[in-house]
Amino acid sequence: MREVVALGVGMTPFGVSEKTCVELFASAAWEAVQDAGIGTKDIEALFLGNVFGDFEEGQAVMASFAAAQLGIPHIPATRFEGACASGAVAVRDAYMLVASGQYDLVLAGGTERCTVMGTSLATRTFAMGSDSRYESPTGITFPGVFGMIAHMYADKYALPLSRLKEHMAMVAVKNHKNGCFNEKAQFRKEITPEHVLNSAMIADPLQLFDCCPFSDGAAAVVLTTLEKAKKMTEKPVIIAGAGQASAGNLGDQRDLTLVQARRISSKKAYEMAGIGPEEIDVCELHDCFTIAEIVATEGLGFFNDGEGSYAAQEGKTGLQGTIPINPSGGLKAKGHPIGATGAAQVYEIVKQLKGECGDRQVENARIGITDTLGGDLCTIVNLILKRGW
Amino acid sequence: MTYQQFAEGLKQEKLLGLRCNDCGAYTAPPKLVCFGCGSENLEIEELGKKGVIKTYTIIRVPPEGFQPDNVIALVELEEGPWVMGNVEDLPANEATIELIGKQVRLGHKVLPGDTYSAGERVAMTFHLEAR
Repeated sequence: MREVVALGVGMTPFGVSEKTCVELFASAAWEAVQDAGIGTKDIEALFLGNVFGDFEEGQAVMASFAAAQLGIPHIPATRFEGACASGAVAVRDAYMLVASGQYDLVLAGGTERCTVMGTSLATRTFAMGSDSRYESPTGITFPGVFGMIAHMYADKYALPLSRLKEHMAMVAVKNHKNGCFNEKAQFRKEITPEHVLNSAMIADPLQLFDCCPFSDGAAAVVLTTLEKAKKMTEKPVIIAGAGQASAGNLGDQRDLTLVQARRISSKKAYEMAGIGPEEIDVCELHDCFTIAEIVATEGLGFFNDGEGSYAAQEGKTGLQGTIPINPSGGLKAKGHPIGATGAAQVYEIVKQLKGECGDRQVENARIGITDTLGGDLCTIVNLILKRGW
Repeated sequence: MTYQQFAEGLKQEKLLGLRCNDCGAYTAPPKLVCFGCGSENLEIEELGKKGVIKTYTIIRVPPEGFQPDNVIALVELEEGPWVMGNVEDLPANEATIELIGKQVRLGHKVLPGDTYSAGERVAMTFHLEAR
């Protein structure tokens, strides 16, 4: 296997956009291509994450049109769908095909335009991430799934629910604070724990400010071999580890606080990179809900099971903490255009490792990890990136 | 056993599962192989419809076609499998974390299909024992 580098990255601002999915992606891709110092004609294949193009714009086979938009209509262009992990699945597959020698230079990423659906259709389509046969007929929603995790977490660790909710609120407060320093974030406004605890109930015990928003946006990554990258940049960011794992429906998963797929996926990524969680300097993880960040910090090995909520409360995950989590603002403040999120996490880690993050820069970040979750905890992707200089 | 057989079973007030002749584990809802050991040496068996609530939520902002204040739980059946269903006959304001650990009996309800479902839908329901 050849060593692979994220040579260039690009990302649109996240929020509400008038642009189409294809236009959004082309905009992010153009930035990534320029960042990489290549031309679009150098791209051999396109791996595009997108979840709901069919419902947002009536658009299937979007990858072909995205390639054409970039003036390279004949390269193999493929759409990847793994719910909210789609962009990460696309980047991982691109990584593997460069590592294996199939391609030398590829473009990967994702695009999404969630806000155009409106709340009613958006809620229906998002519910398609649950098991349509055995679980969706209850009327379960994504906030509901994570509400179930929160209740199970409080019960399992004998933590009073009111206490857990205060800890969860600190996750939202921290991510909003980080988002203030990110010019591409959807929300750039600080909030207080009271904002969270006084907001509308969405799915008990999750309130509005425990939840990430619906967003539009795109992100892109140019991948090539370390050998080629060395001739093009003095700061090659190496993809040192990659893991992906799946799980069945929520009944199959039983103890939802563990998110077993994450433990399997991250173990694979850590083993490939030859490091453990204690060597990670910065992490972008899937905080679709505040409780999601808490269980992810445990699943990735930063804290023992049951200690993640206290870590959030104590500020260990802040920019100056022992393990800075979501310096970009995370899904909560940066936004969550679902097909793009995994690639946007790679964007942030690459920028952090290169020291280009301004006021949200994690000091001397040398190794970073991404964590992307799709569906009812049923698709997880982890990528470990490290400085190649 | 197919989804169709499982759903028809529920409509006849029966909870059908698969008992593994190799490891003894139960699989419900059905899969091609035993969820415990992967064996295909399975027999359809009627399960007891009793279980314990392991976690729950209350949906305040429902998807199209559902009412707000919908209480949903994950239940561990006596035979081992975990299933999701609606907690019926319980006002949302009475659903607290004390629900976890409560005994329930399993039932079902039939919902009409919508644009994106493959026909009608059958949801499992839970009914609290000895409130």
